[in-house]
Parts: sequence; C-alpha cells; structure tokens
Amino acid sequence: MDLLIPEVGTIIWMLIAAGIVFFILVKWGFPIITDMVDKRNEYIDKSLDAAKKANERLAGIQNECDELLKETRAEQARILKEAADRRDEIIADAENRAKESGEKIISDAREQIRQEKEEALRSLRRQVAELSVQVAEKVVRKQLDSNEEQLSMIDRMIDDVKTGK
Amino acid sequence: MKRFIAILSLLLLAVLPCVAQESAQDETVDVKGIIFGHLKDSYHWHIITIGEKEVSLQLPVMLYSKVSGWHFFMSDKLEETESYDGFRIAEEGAYAGKLVEVLPDGTELKPLDLSLTKVALGVIINALLLCVIVMCTARWYKRHKATDPAPGGFVGLMEYVVAMIVDDVIKPSVGKDYKRYTPLLLTIFFFILLSNIMGLIPIFPAGANVTGNIAITLTLALVTFFTVNVFGNREYWKEILWPDVPVFLKAPVPLLPFIEIVGIFTKPFALTVRLFANITAGHAIILSLTCVIFITAKMGPLIGAPMTVLSVFFMVFMNMLELLVAYIQAYVFTMLSAVFIGLSRPEEHHAKEEEVQVEKENSLTT
Repeated sequence: MDLLIPEVGTIIWMLIAAGIVFFILVKWGFPIITDMVDKRNEYIDKSLDAAKKANERLAGIQNECDELLKETRAEQARILKEAADRRDEIIADAENRAKESGEKIISDAREQIRQEKEEALRSLRRQVAELSVQVAEKVVRKQLDSNEEQLSMIDRMIDDVKTGK
Repeated sequence: MKRFIAILSLLLLAVLPCVAQESAQDETVDVKGIIFGHLKDSYHWHIITIGEKEVSLQLPVMLYSKVSGWHFFMSDKLEETESYDGFRIAEEGAYAGKLVEVLPDGTELKPLDLSLTKVALGVIINALLLCVIVMCTARWYKRHKATDPAPGGFVGLMEYVVAMIVDDVIKPSVGKDYKRYTPLLLTIFFFILLSNIMGLIPIFPAGANVTGNIAITLTLALVTFFTVNVFGNREYWKEILWPDVPVFLKAPVPLLPFIEIVGIFTKPFALTVRLFANITAGHAIILSLTCVIFITAKMGPLIGAPMTVLSVFFMVFMNMLELLVAYIQAYVFTMLSAVFIGLSRPEEHHAKEEEVQVEKENSLTT
C-alpha cells in the first residue's frame, strides 16, 4: 500500500533536479532542434517549389521554341511564295516589254520600208517621166519639121499633159 | 531446428551445476521481498553482491523533525546499528520501509524526509543524462545550417523521434499555437522515455525504478496540471464554471460545474496512476519471472533446469515488451498532456456554431 503514497522528499528532489533540467531543455535544448527541423522542412518545401517552377519554365521554354520554329517556318514559306510571285511578275513584265518593243521595231521598219518604197516609186516615176520626155523629145525632134499635123499633135499632147495633170 | 535444440541443451548443461549449488543452500526465496525491494525506494543503492560482501552506494540522509530539528548522516549508519540518532527504518505499520523517529515514549513519528534516496539519485542521473543527450543534439544543430544535409546517426534518430512526436502528437492535439508547448511536451516525453529505459537496465547508474514511483509520476502530472490550468483561456474556464447546458443543471445547484471541477483533478490523477501502474506491473512481472528460476531450483535440477530456460525465454520476451511499453507510456503521457492542453484552449463556441449554421444553410441551398 505504501507504494501508492507519494513521498514528499522524492517530490522535492524531482522538482529540483527535473525542474532545472526541464528549464534548460525548454529554454535552450528543444527549441533549437524544433526550429531547425522546421527550417529544414521549409527549405525542402522551397526547394521542391523552386524545382517545380524550374520544370514549368523549362516546359514553357520548350513550348516557346516550338512556337518560334513554327512561326519561322510560316515566315519562310511566306517569303518563298512572295519571291516566286515577284519572279513571275518580273518575267511577265519583261515578256510584255519585249513584245511591245518588238512590235514597235517591226512597225518602224514597215514604215521605213513603205517610205523607201514610195521614194523608190517616186524616183522611178521621175526617171520614167524623164526618159519618156527624152524619148518624146527625140521623137518629137524628128517629126517637128514643119508638119502641121505634128504641130497639132504637139498641141494635143500638151493638152493631154495639161488635162492629165 | 537442430541448432536450436543444441543451444537449448547447452543452456541446460550450463545451468545444472548452478542449480545444484543453489539447492545445497536450502533457503526459502523471499519473492515478495525481492520484488518490493526493487519497486520501492531505498536509502542506499545496492549495486552487486560478491560472495558474502554487498557492494552498495551509501546515500546521504537528510531529515527534519519537529522534535529534534535537522539531521544529516550517511545511510550506512542505519544498517549497522538498526537505529541511529533516534531514527530507524520502520518494519511495519503505515511507515514500513521509511525512516521514523522513535520518541522516548516509544511512539513512531515520521519526520520530513529529504534524503537523497535511490529514486532521487536516479532522477538526477536521468535528468543529467537527458540534458547531455539533448544539448549534444542541439549543439549539432547550432553548428549546422538548415541547408546542410540532414544529420545521420544518433542526431538523426533524435530528429526523427522529435519530428514524429511534434507532427503526430503535439500538432494535432494542441492545435493552433502548438509551438509554445512543444519544448515542454518534448522534454516530458524524453524524460519519461529515458527513465523507463533506464529502469529496465539492471546495472548501476541505471536501474532505479524512477517512473514506477508514484511521487515522480505525480510530479510529472502536476507539470501538465499547471500548464493546463495556468495557460487555459477564458473559454476553458467558462466551460467549467458556466457550461452550455440547460440552466437547471448549473443553478441553483452547480451540478455540472462540480463535475467539471472534479474533472480538472482526475486528469492529472489518471496520468499519475497510468504511468506508475504500467511501469510497476512490468517490473513486477520481470522480477517474478527471475524469481521463478530460484524457486524452481529448490525443487531439484529436473524441474529447475527446464523452468530456468523457460523463464529466461519469458524474461527476454517481457523485456522486449517492456521496451515497447516504455515507449508507449511516454507516448501516451505526452499525447494526453497535449490533448489536455488543447482542451484548455478551446476556440469561441459562438464562432463555431455560426460556422456550422452557415454550412447547414449552404447544404440546404445546394
């Protein structure tokens, strides 16, 4: 039964010894340990968070890269298409111009040919006229020897020329 | 299996000569004396008996008597003369085993006994050891940064236990501002755990039955008691003195407040008795099993030898179990203390009720 009766002396010794040690541990022992454990937990949480963020950023960069590549491809296609269009345009333009200048040259040449032909015709006519005049002179000289008929013929001829003109 | 049998028979062979020697002495084994001798406190610390010579640590006795004032002497004086300076250890009566003053008229008077007894010295040793262990651990943390890798070895073990007690016991039980109570609860936990384990080791500096002494468990429970009632908030006292019950239960006869006030004192009482009874029971069982060896030895080697092996087997089992109990009891004491502290800091009742009502309305509307 005396096991169940607390001894005052033991309580006092317990209060002194355990009291001092409890005070030391409560004040300087366990707070250091728990603070550090908390801090480490915080640090681990932060690290995990940072790692997660870094991963997300990495994924973002990958996406950005893909986007950029896609854009570049589209730009490339656009530039190529433009170049092709421009080429076609230039070729078409050149063709048109060539055609135009060719036509002009041809028409010029034709005009010249026509003019030269006319010139030639004119000089031919003049020569023919001169020749015919000379021939006529010779003929006329031979027959103009006081012959009335011939005189009348000359008149007639002069009239012809006059009316012919 | 063959190996097991070989070991068993070897053990038997080893035990036989001892048994023969013991039985020759032909003494009755005082089982009760052995068990209670260990469970109870004593004025000297018996370490070992070599042959006939007992080696024990003599402890200082300090007494204050109303009749004759202060007395200081070492405990070996008591053994030699039975009575010293008018004091002797009472053999029977209400003060059996304690020092009493024998008055001239023959009556026994109990003085104020401040002797440094076995348990008191055990408390000091355990407290110092705990201090060394925890301060060494704390020193490691002082010398390292939070970004350093986690500690290994003993510091790692301490950190694991600390983190487990904080996260599993203190945080959920105390609630909001648990950080204020964490150091105290951790100290209680480690003191009880260390004392329990030290009680299981039978060799000097360990071996004092500290947590199996009701004065120690009472003091520990008083720590919880004061923490609960000194730091309890207004709501806690309101719940005790004017609880939310129909008025006829609290006035004019304060029925419920009376029950609540009794409850204040039953909580530390339960803590006291639980720890004391568990540790005492464990020690009693282990000692009884040890005594089985010496009792059966008297019955001759044929019964004694197998019983010895069986008893050793059970003792190993019981020691394992006690190691578990040492941890569980420290855990339970800490958990209950944390729960009592948590109960002493309830949140405002009205706020809770409003929350419940809002929730109900929400569930109705949805």
